[in-house]
Amino acid sequence: MTFLGDVLVLARKDLLLELRSRDTVPAMLLFVVSTLVVFHFALPSDASATAQTGLLWVALLFTALLGLVRAFVAEREERILDGLVLAPCDRSAIWLGKVIGVMAFLVAAEVVALPAYALFFRPVGWELVAAVALADVGLAAVGTLLAAMAAAGRARELLLPLLFLPLVIPIVVGGVGASATDDPGRYLAFLGLYDAVFAILSWASFEYVVTE
Amino acid sequence: MNTSLRNNQNVVLAAAAGCLLLAGTALAFYWVPNAPIEGFRQRIFYFHVPIALTAYACFGWAAWKALRLLWTRERRYDLESYTAVHMGVIFGILTLVTGSIWARTSWGHWWVWGSRQLVLFLVLFLFYAAYFMLRYSVEPGPRRANMSAVYALFGVALIPISFLAIRLAEDLVHPVVFTHDVQSKLTGSQLLTFLVCLVGMLSLAGSLYVNELTGKRLDARLRELREALQ
Amino acid sequence: MITARGLGRDFGTKRVLRDIDFEVPRGGFLLVTGPNGSGKSTLLSLCAGLLVPTSGELAVEAERGEIGYLAHEPLLYRELTALENLDLYGRLYRVPERRERIGMLLERFGLWEARRERVGSLSRGTAQRLALCRALLHGPRLLLFDEPYSGLDDAAARLLDDELGSLAGERTFVVATHAPQRVESLATAALSLA
Repeated sequence: MTFLGDVLVLARKDLLLELRSRDTVPAMLLFVVSTLVVFHFALPSDASATAQTGLLWVALLFTALLGLVRAFVAEREERILDGLVLAPCDRSAIWLGKVIGVMAFLVAAEVVALPAYALFFRPVGWELVAAVALADVGLAAVGTLLAAMAAAGRARELLLPLLFLPLVIPIVVGGVGASATDDPGRYLAFLGLYDAVFAILSWASFEYVVTE
Repeated sequence: MNTSLRNNQNVVLAAAAGCLLLAGTALAFYWVPNAPIEGFRQRIFYFHVPIALTAYACFGWAAWKALRLLWTRERRYDLESYTAVHMGVIFGILTLVTGSIWARTSWGHWWVWGSRQLVLFLVLFLFYAAYFMLRYSVEPGPRRANMSAVYALFGVALIPISFLAIRLAEDLVHPVVFTHDVQSKLTGSQLLTFLVCLVGMLSLAGSLYVNELTGKRLDARLRELREALQ
Repeated sequence: MITARGLGRDFGTKRVLRDIDFEVPRGGFLLVTGPNGSGKSTLLSLCAGLLVPTSGELAVEAERGEIGYLAHEPLLYRELTALENLDLYGRLYRVPERRERIGMLLERFGLWEARRERVGSLSRGTAQRLALCRALLHGPRLLLFDEPYSGLDDAAARLLDDELGSLAGERTFVVATHAPQRVESLATAALSLA
């Protein structure tokens, strides 16, 4: 299956690049922990479980943004995207390869963020982990597509948050709902729905974002 | 060059819009009896809901044109899609304004998070406002047209998903859910008034759409001619 | 192989190419000259399919995997080694006997010693030679070269002369250059963008 082969080649390339330059993941790790500390000072002492959970999700959102802003930097600066787009492979493979890379970075950040959250605020249950896993798919899928769009314009660091935030509001609802209510199943199912709809849309439309 | 056809279309639409809205307003304020529970202030329903539905229609139209652009790669669809989004945002803002007025008269607040329509339109407004930021920051051309089209398609997918999310969020935060006491079935006179206003609003949107599109097309032609003369 | 009629390309309000006509038959060699900013790079991007015309027509009878494109930028990842970059492109372009072909190209352009070095640490001329390898890797039928001689020293320039000389006639070329004298003998047609 050459599509999957291309995806793996491209994903491997992104992970290799990050391993060499080590600039995105450490920044995301530090950012998410710093944000959690800031939230401690921002929350009143009698903050509810929902409020604390909510702020974790805000922290995760902005950490994801941090990683996504850098997603297509190399490809745009060196015009490497042109080289990739000219290759006979499916352009969506570029998208999926990048999504895998972004998800890897997110998971790396969450491996630190969730224990830190458990340490600073409250224990982390399986529902939260499941919600985070599902949310990562949606964040990466949509974020990668939007990052490619923003990379084509001016002021890309400003544009990406504006494009990203309205689209990921449902993820926050699903995530907070799954971890702070008695019926996580419904919210997890909703996250799954979001992932399915927007992953398919992103996969199908990436071609049009990177070509004319 | 079917400018004359366009002009005729526009005149018909504008006339239709004018008549219908005039009639609708008259019906809404004078003819229709008071709603049983809400009383006089419920009449804004005859404006708010048609405006909201028109906004949805505009976004749907924009997505349709966007799909056509991606399918046929014909450049004219870009302008059509963009204009439709523009109309949608205008009617979206009007929805927020009328919704806010209705909220104020019904519950005493200019904004209530418990009103699903209001929150949905707020999210959509943010989304489509970002559409303009996207267009502003990318150079005009085929790439910008493609991206705008993809974004417009994401918009229509976002509408139902956001609505679901907002509904789920209510169970989460347990606010008092503010719904207007709109009867499930509209009586004959209410239905008529509503339909008149709805078609009136749609005609208004259509008329503004054709107007703006013609204007922008003329602008583009002018620029082309100027370039050719250089 | 390439036919252009009334080809034009705008960027926003700026018209970079206007009313260009040319034809490049199979095996032809089109030499494109013109001052800076005259649209040479844009023309090559159009032929590659990276850009679409905003006016006029352009027909290119080559599939995506049959085009070799050399741009101003080397289109290589700075943090990857020469070998890794070529391996990536080799896989994406489904080059048969990839390793052997990469080795052969690296040898031919004198890059074998530098194969494990990060592209970011290579000199401009070395990176340009590597970019040439990248463009030739999949044995493309249509070669689009934008200033291929820029940054090359005499030895490397002669290598490129040899390569172009051996390929001209069987492959189709569109070459934009500030040094037309090097390829004039190979050119079957010339286009000047003034």
